[in-house]
Amino acid sequence: MDTLSPEFSSMAVVFLAAIITNNILLTEFLGMCSFIAISRHMKTAFGMGVAVTFVTFSTAMLNYAIYHGVLVADAPLCAADLTYLSYLVFIMVIAGFVQLVEMILERFSPVLHYNLGIYLPLITVNCAILGVSINMLNPDLKFGFGKTAVYGLGSGLGWLLAICLMAGLRQRMADADIPRPLRGLGITVIVTGLMAMAFMGFADMVKM
Amino acid sequence: MIHFEAMLTLSAIGGTLALVLLIADRFLCNYGPCTIRVNEEEPFTIQGGGKLLDALYDQKIFIPSACGGQGTCGYCKVRVLEGGGPVLPTELPFLASDEQADGTRLACQIKIKQDIAIRVKEEFLHVQEFQATVARAQLITLDTREIVLALGGDAEIEFRPGQYIQIFVPGTGETTFRAYSIASPPSRKREVELLVRLIPSGLGSTYLHSIQPGDPVTFTGPYGEFIMDESTETELVCVGGGCGMAPMRSILRHLGETTPGRTCSLYFGARTAADAMYLDEFRRLQTEMPNLNVVYALSEPEDSSDWDGATGFIHESVRNHLSDSGKRQLFLCGPPPMIEATMTVLDEKGVPTEDSFYDKF
Repeated sequence: MDTLSPEFSSMAVVFLAAIITNNILLTEFLGMCSFIAISRHMKTAFGMGVAVTFVTFSTAMLNYAIYHGVLVADAPLCAADLTYLSYLVFIMVIAGFVQLVEMILERFSPVLHYNLGIYLPLITVNCAILGVSINMLNPDLKFGFGKTAVYGLGSGLGWLLAICLMAGLRQRMADADIPRPLRGLGITVIVTGLMAMAFMGFADMVKM
Repeated sequence: MIHFEAMLTLSAIGGTLALVLLIADRFLCNYGPCTIRVNEEEPFTIQGGGKLLDALYDQKIFIPSACGGQGTCGYCKVRVLEGGGPVLPTELPFLASDEQADGTRLACQIKIKQDIAIRVKEEFLHVQEFQATVARAQLITLDTREIVLALGGDAEIEFRPGQYIQIFVPGTGETTFRAYSIASPPSRKREVELLVRLIPSGLGSTYLHSIQPGDPVTFTGPYGEFIMDESTETELVCVGGGCGMAPMRSILRHLGETTPGRTCSLYFGARTAADAMYLDEFRRLQTEMPNLNVVYALSEPEDSSDWDGATGFIHESVRNHLSDSGKRQLFLCGPPPMIEATMTVLDEKGVPTEDSFYDKF
């Protein structure tokens, strides 16, 4: 590890922590609605996960830039302290960005649009994405731009990992003899809880 | 001061986003003029980027659609010969495997990005839009209203008995249509008669129960694939319940006007005597149509003390009265359980499935 710069290794730590120990879905239970709705089949779960990862990564950087360029006190573009508006601004940016991505994909990559198109509108209201943008502001973490980008990417991949695991489990559960009242939503939430507990085993492995 | 800056900043960010999207929309979603060819008609050119269903509406080609282009009713099927792009996952639930194979799509889900050639049922090209006013309306049972719409101007509607129209339901914020069968015979070209059962919180029926004589109504039509067997050898048998009365009334009155000697039957299932609509009218029609057989059956006869007709479910009456042989054509229109029970009886009687036409609602 001596050859790695401290900056790089701390980024790697943030990256791994975002995927595993601080998995946005399994530790904070954000983004549950699309997690439950889209996790019936591996293929669609993966598509949704990829779309979420891309949008989380991009909007985390975009929101970071806007937050530090406009909203904080004495920012280059606006001197007043407007941090209390950050939620509002973030959600606007996310919604606008998703819309833009959809237009670009539709025009230039019909294949990708065909595969991800139906997930993009769902992402606008995925709380995991807003959650990442809000988490990065945590003053204890002292994230710079680089770490924010890595954190955004890691969180997205963590969400992708969680939904793919869930899709795999649900495909297996399709043949299982589940008590009638628990079928569907009930067993999915219980399994999510068990997965979250299993992920607690990773705790202290890496710390942000 | 800080509030002013906050508002300014928020508006600036929102404005920038909106501007970026507008510019993107202008440059990315501009597909230029696209040519659309429908069947063997003269192709027309429109600006790309919109939905195929809307483009067809603008050209006065009225494909049936009940959900306002949301992709939830599955009615607006067209066959795309070229230029429609891949089938979207939103369409798959509505397309059978043979439809997927021959290029059938939902017109409301196709975005026009290039020249498109489609094939629609020939009859859709004859569908017109009509402006009408309510001429008469009356309740004929506790929850069923008979409505007569008079066509505006000198418009005339050409239709076959058993066909339906799509009524535009205003005030929903989107283009919403609801389908209703025509109850009047085709000889009456200047008006259409409907039977509307009130369904609480139903969009179409609450609208049609609220309109009063003189109110304007917009509809498109006619639609429907039922083609009556014109051969006098064939016995025409109508089986239905509730508002399934509407198309059957059109069929039987049409027969009364054109071929009163035709052998035909009407089996109508109702709950109580109060629901047994038009019984007197059909009794009168029987004097003009000697070979018309009318059977009304009540499923809950307990409250109808002066009822002397049949009781029980209507498929039982069909089982008891329908002849076992001979060429027959069946028209079934009623609630799904009634249709399914009757289909079983028809199967027992050896009626080929292609000789029965049904409409479940």
